Amino acid sequence: MNSVANIAAENRHDQEWLGGTSTGHVLQPGEVDISHKVILYLEGISVSFDGFKALNNLNLAIDAGELRCIIGPNGAGKTTMMDVITGKTRPDEGRCFFGQTVDLTKLREAEIAHAGIGRKFQKPTIFENLSVFENLELALKMDKRARTSLFAWLGDDQRDKISDTLKQIHLDAQAERQAGLLSHGQKQWLEIGMLLVQDPKLLLLDEPVAGMTDDETARTGELFKSLAGQHSLVVVEHDMAFIEQLGGKVTVLHEGSVLAEGDLATVQADERVIEVYLGR
Amino acid sequence: MRTPLTIRFLQATPKSGWIALAVFAALTFVVLPVLHLALPETHPLHVSTFVITLAGKIMCYAIVAVAMDLIWGYAGILSLGHGLFFALGGYAFGMYLMRQIGRDGSYQSDLPDFMVFLDWKELPWYWIGSDSFLWALFLVLVVPGLVAFIFGFFAFRSRIKGVYFSIITQALTFAAMLLFFRNETGFGGNNGFTDFKRILGYSITSPEMRVTLFALSAALLMCTLLVGRYLVVSKFGRVLAAIRDAESRTMFLGYNPLWYKLAIWTFSAMLCGLAGALYVPQVGIINPGEMSPANSIEIAIWAAVGGRGTLIGPVIGAAIVNLSKSFFTQTFPDYWLFFLGALFVAVTLWLPDGVAGLWKRWKASRA
Repeated sequence: MNSVANIAAENRHDQEWLGGTSTGHVLQPGEVDISHKVILYLEGISVSFDGFKALNNLNLAIDAGELRCIIGPNGAGKTTMMDVITGKTRPDEGRCFFGQTVDLTKLREAEIAHAGIGRKFQKPTIFENLSVFENLELALKMDKRARTSLFAWLGDDQRDKISDTLKQIHLDAQAERQAGLLSHGQKQWLEIGMLLVQDPKLLLLDEPVAGMTDDETARTGELFKSLAGQHSLVVVEHDMAFIEQLGGKVTVLHEGSVLAEGDLATVQADERVIEVYLGR
Repeated sequence: MRTPLTIRFLQATPKSGWIALAVFAALTFVVLPVLHLALPETHPLHVSTFVITLAGKIMCYAIVAVAMDLIWGYAGILSLGHGLFFALGGYAFGMYLMRQIGRDGSYQSDLPDFMVFLDWKELPWYWIGSDSFLWALFLVLVVPGLVAFIFGFFAFRSRIKGVYFSIITQALTFAAMLLFFRNETGFGGNNGFTDFKRILGYSITSPEMRVTLFALSAALLMCTLLVGRYLVVSKFGRVLAAIRDAESRTMFLGYNPLWYKLAIWTFSAMLCGLAGALYVPQVGIINPGEMSPANSIEIAIWAAVGGRGTLIGPVIGAAIVNLSKSFFTQTFPDYWLFFLGALFVAVTLWLPDGVAGLWKRWKASRA
């Protein structure tokens, strides 16, 4: 029995017990309930650090299969928002749900990862001393308890999954290379690959094309567009050309809350957005 | 088809490693024992008791060095308290050795001499069962294991890392040393345990017993290397390396570092306990000095000198440091600590990967 299903069941139980929402349809244990189209739902999230409000009554809803870009000036709360979703930071107020049933504010980092949320950090964090292949192996969706890891060896289907991903991220020729020796752009790809082998339903990508060449950026854009649909993606980026290439809905954050939302052209034409970006 | 684990393990270790292990087994199980037992002392090839005891002692140290490397080199946790687990194993087996003295002690009492000296009339409760060899073995494994598990659980759960963790382990071994120094603790105070006579009824000073202890140390060292090798080539070992390099990344991949760290930490402590239990009958004494902070630091130096992150490195490191310690403490007794310090500085400056790193560099320059 996996722990996620347990937790989902507990959450459901909590809601029923509290006389809360009756969802009116059969829930699959271990599956994220996206029956209302929304996969990620943040409501009234506030976080403050020593009096500084990093997030201030933030509301955000991401649909299943959507590709969403988040932009905003430095200190707008983009990374804090990612921290709240992945359990690294607990919100002072507000609700944060994955699908209809999974309350992210009650889970720990590892449980959230198991539930199906993968995160790519701003600074590429890969395991420098392991090979590219081993990096992907560790990320693979499987039983991750210590005692099973002692006897775990890869099966053929798992090897296939890794080699498919290696092709997807254009690193198939580098599989045996030590990951620390890759170029910056390749490290970014490896980290994206590490998310993909986990088969997450929701991918959080913090500045995924920082430090990439134009060619690499364009190929990354193609990859993301091919992923949307089966996965939901939230991309935090500064590179406007890249956001234009992705072509999804754009959310502008400012001082910890949503300033504007819409397609890129609408957002760029918004007076308040221009003011925030160009300064008063 | 799935290949059995054993075969995969055999394939994951290079041939040279297996040959070296076989040579080592032949030397320690056959050649040295025969040269010690069968040849008369006047024969030029006779191996003296001194050599057998020194080699047995160094192999015990080597086991501790490998145990240290498993947590420091592979999991990135620097313990400066491993001397405690070694001493706990030694004390656990020492209790049995004290009971084996029987009525041959100075006071001809059923109680160990130090208890008679303190005017105790009966054994304290924690000495119950200490006359049983099997109970002693059980304690040798369980006491260091339990102490490590409880300490590790709270330390790792609170995410104490790096230098903070190292300092706490120093404090732990220091506190234990002060506790064991007290006569009332019931472990012989600052004299500890000594004057051992027998193990399982056989004389502890007989050549056969010395050779048996020597061969057992060699066997434990080889088992340690084999199990260590299995751990580091398994997925468990790669997750440990991942935790060492980027712990938060590992958590976001869905691993809980607590259980990985705790497992290797407890295993490492139990290995030290076993090594301590083999060490005590060979040197004939255990006292709280084994728990002194400096001893634990020395263990870290063995691993660093030999080369962290390799299994054979710490074995070489323990041998180099202790052989030179034997030499220096005999020839220049006042300068040993200066030499140890100089060795550590030299290794840090010029050999960051230790002696094992030299070998790698040499191979790389030839390729």
